[in-house]
Amino acid sequence: MTTIITEAPRQARVPRSRAARPRGGRRSAGFWTYAALVAVLLGSLFPVYWSLIVASHDNDAIARVPPVLTPGGHLFENIARVFDTTAFGKAMLNSFIVSGSVTVSVVLFSTLAGFAFAKLRFRGRTSLLVVAIATTTVPHQLGIIPLYILMAELGWTGRLEAVIVPGLVTAFGVFFMTQYLSSAVPDELLEAGRIDGCSTLRLFWHVVVPAARPAAAVLGLFTFMQAWNDFFWPLVVLTPENPTVQVALSSLASGYTTDYALVLTGTVLATVPVVAVFAALGRQIIGGIMSGAIKG
Amino acid sequence: MTLARSGPRRRWAYQLDVKGSPYFYIAPFFLLFGAVGMFPLLYTAYVSLTNWNLLEPTRHWVGLANYAELLTDDYFWNALFNTVSIWLLSTVPQLLAALFIAHMLNRSLRARTFFRMGVLLPNVTSIVAVTIIFAQLFGRDFGMVNWALDLVGLDPVDWQAGTLSSHIAISLIVIWRWTGYNALIYLAAMQTIPEHLYEAATLDGAGQFTQFRKITIPMLRPTIIFTAVVSTIGGFQIIAEPLLFQAGTGNPTGGSDRQFQTVGLYLYEQGFSLYKFGYASAIAWTLCLIIVVMALVNYSITRRIRRS
Repeated sequence: MTTIITEAPRQARVPRSRAARPRGGRRSAGFWTYAALVAVLLGSLFPVYWSLIVASHDNDAIARVPPVLTPGGHLFENIARVFDTTAFGKAMLNSFIVSGSVTVSVVLFSTLAGFAFAKLRFRGRTSLLVVAIATTTVPHQLGIIPLYILMAELGWTGRLEAVIVPGLVTAFGVFFMTQYLSSAVPDELLEAGRIDGCSTLRLFWHVVVPAARPAAAVLGLFTFMQAWNDFFWPLVVLTPENPTVQVALSSLASGYTTDYALVLTGTVLATVPVVAVFAALGRQIIGGIMSGAIKG
Repeated sequence: MTLARSGPRRRWAYQLDVKGSPYFYIAPFFLLFGAVGMFPLLYTAYVSLTNWNLLEPTRHWVGLANYAELLTDDYFWNALFNTVSIWLLSTVPQLLAALFIAHMLNRSLRARTFFRMGVLLPNVTSIVAVTIIFAQLFGRDFGMVNWALDLVGLDPVDWQAGTLSSHIAISLIVIWRWTGYNALIYLAAMQTIPEHLYEAATLDGAGQFTQFRKITIPMLRPTIIFTAVVSTIGGFQIIAEPLLFQAGTGNPTGGSDRQFQTVGLYLYEQGFSLYKFGYASAIAWTLCLIIVVMALVNYSITRRIRRS
């Protein structure tokens, strides 16, 4: 077989499932462990819960002593005010467009490149992979000024292209898929496909894509959440008239007002999509983090 | 071997597919990454050697003048001090807390997934949302933190106004957001430690804490190094938290006296409030250098810890 490289399969970096339960001898948790964990949990949840409290009251409630800790009845009224005061609807739509296109593109191109790096033999493969991995460590901010100049030259400042295009590929995605595919796709399957006369592209489509699905889901999830939460670059390159959610939120908070009910309603709205994704697919997300080097 | 079922033409196409198509698959990544990732990086070096200012038409090559100016710039040193202070205040407690949380999560627990999701939730919320919420909680007049201090008989603190108080508050935002994430990384590593080590230690009469210190920590050393380096790289780039911490301003100076302006924020101020691209690029390269040096220092220090 000329095209198939035989490489010792790497340990699969797949999300841990129920199968990875602590083994029998694992010490079981006593009262104090639960007490401490519940305390940690309350600390984790409280700020998010608090924003929901403030968002569901009118502004006077915030100054009350002792603080109110139960939800009030003003949530929908506050939501309406957020949409009236700022371009929040547009911001939400923009964020969905940006996060959606970035996610599709990162997953597609990472799977393609990961397939080539993991399973195909070509000149310069190792060195190109090293270059790709090395670039994951470079600080983002370093290139922000030339990137801005570039976007200005292209006439993209203030437009969504300026946020989407730099996000279309990530070195991390390539690294992640390469690692996953090198063990998830058996070489024998690719060889069999070759013998049947499959072109490389058909192999990709019929063998690699189905095998890559679990990893692609995790990568897609992370990419979406990161793109949704991204703040600094959109702040630099977009305008308050055409913002993403995070930018709209920051300008809402930077007004010369202390309308906390309004501002924290905004934070609730901006947080809902990721928390919803997290609630639905938290197990996979945790598996992805625990399986290795997902960088936040 | 090659499939030459229908003659040389087919063979040629097959060879092209096998030899050429891999480049086609990796091309999108390298082309896009080159244009929006690598090129800006290198171009920053050039811009940092000019007096490029968006508000002035003339552009000159000024050599290392921007870097020389940076060395005598009090605001830069102030920003560097703030960055180091916030980084230390956030990273050390964060990683220690993560170790202990991971240790607890590593026991056989009921509702495992629930606890894990609970500690990770802060990490999936956005920096902007978190910072706004914390800025409100740390508010001088109506903040819940001051209310709680009052409850235990302490004086309220004007968190945004002081240097140390603002650093503590910003560090808490970072700690809140990242502790659970690091705990899960440690947890994954802890689950690979062979159980018989603990069993043997128990037979030898070693207590819980001794086992944690003598088995868990040494076995986790590579993971601790990883998290310490990643936290350092992240900690030195901190921008959004100090930018949004003062509710109602969104001020790039990081407080009225620049008491919590970080290097990243100073870069933002110079680049996108004052449009001094040359100077801001010099800050960017200096920051990158500092991060590399700090990551290396960090690596060698953590490597020494608990070397057994």
